[in-house]
Amino acid sequence: MTDNNALLYEDRLAGGCHWSLRMRRGTSLRLIDEEGGANVGMLFYNPVNLLERYNAPDTLKCQHTFKLTKGNCLYSDMGRIFCSIVEDTAGWHDTVCGNLTKAMVNKKWGEHSYQDYRNDWYQNGHNSFLVELAKYGLGIEDMAANLNFFSKVAVDDHGSLRYAANNSQAGNYVELRFEMDTLVLLHTCPHPLTNANDYPRKPVRYQIRKAAPVTDDDYCKNFRPENRRGFKNNDVYHLGVEA
Amino acid sequence: MIKASALQADSAVYRAIVPAGDYFMKTVTEGQTIRILDLEGNQAADTLFYNAADPAERYSAMDTIREQGNVYLSAGTRLISNLGNVMLEIIADTCGRHDTLGGACATESNTVRYALEKKCMHACRDSWMLAVAENDAFGMSKRDITHNINFFMNVPITPDGGLTFEDGISAPGKYVEMKACMNTIVLISNCPQLNNPCNGYNPTPIEVLVWD
Repeated sequence: MTDNNALLYEDRLAGGCHWSLRMRRGTSLRLIDEEGGANVGMLFYNPVNLLERYNAPDTLKCQHTFKLTKGNCLYSDMGRIFCSIVEDTAGWHDTVCGNLTKAMVNKKWGEHSYQDYRNDWYQNGHNSFLVELAKYGLGIEDMAANLNFFSKVAVDDHGSLRYAANNSQAGNYVELRFEMDTLVLLHTCPHPLTNANDYPRKPVRYQIRKAAPVTDDDYCKNFRPENRRGFKNNDVYHLGVEA
Repeated sequence: MIKASALQADSAVYRAIVPAGDYFMKTVTEGQTIRILDLEGNQAADTLFYNAADPAERYSAMDTIREQGNVYLSAGTRLISNLGNVMLEIIADTCGRHDTLGGACATESNTVRYALEKKCMHACRDSWMLAVAENDAFGMSKRDITHNINFFMNVPITPDGGLTFEDGISAPGKYVEMKACMNTIVLISNCPQLNNPCNGYNPTPIEVLVWD
């Protein structure tokens, strides 16, 4: 899917951190779970129209799936594809369980404030997104349902949630190929359903590459007939934004 | 869980019929009970809730699912806000199960789901766009439109990670009833969707009733 020679940038986020970056159409973002058990919360926005954002329900219903893995496209609320999951060695990523909050962190592990713990404080996904959102003039009204990469939450026959404690192993990775310019907000805070005894501080390496052009027989484009129409919507959109 | 209500329609302080393809937007006060009645059966009522004092606080599908540990809504479900507060509690339900993962239909997602040529078919989000445009007093915009509840809609999730829109499990006269735990703006789109079984391919009216 990608040209391994075209690594443009590589960095590492420690566990319990947050960051944001803008990805260009035609580049890919690979997330690597360095130690196993990582969780990466993520949200997407259109940088030139911040009202267009990642839409989990549309992503799920358009592809008739509850889990996300290789082949799935991640849709905006405007019928367009922010990015496609072109590689995935973890097999299941959650997009329905949201984030830890400060209250939940305190209840699970006790308060670990910045005052007492400096940068080893226990950050939470909810506040992490609020901070990153505010950098772009966005607020809690803009916080849609997020992705939780590397985390698996299945349901039983009655709809009850089943968190899988060991879904991702050391070295697992997921790669997103961006199909339009996208503002990416991310955090490495624990999944809200984690049952870990101690606050899991799991680092994630991320790599940006130039992606190979999307061909007509592309795996993600053909993963579902709906995805071909999603790509068509992107094509029409780009007629309007490119010279 | 099936649980009937003891409330009688003739004692309601407010009643309104909402035709398919229309929206409903009204504030209910803390302690009031609101019932959504599926008059003719298999009709999806796409519903959003906001704290009337500060609409930045709103119903959160993700927080509601996670806190109750189950993807389906029914009697006993507490509808949780994005700030972790209980907004309403489902106190009666004769349908048995409601969806909050399928989101609302939009003209744009319709192009993906069905056909590019279907882009101009009426959709829930258009009803909500008109609702926020016609109701300035609430101070809301597209920004405030988030992930909703689909009352009466059947979206089974399978253990292996499947999700489908199935024939409804509702029927004429079935209803869901909620007690408001805060002053709440109720925004409903009575779904106009014609391309999947959520409305039995025949969108029909709902009734909204409120009791003090």
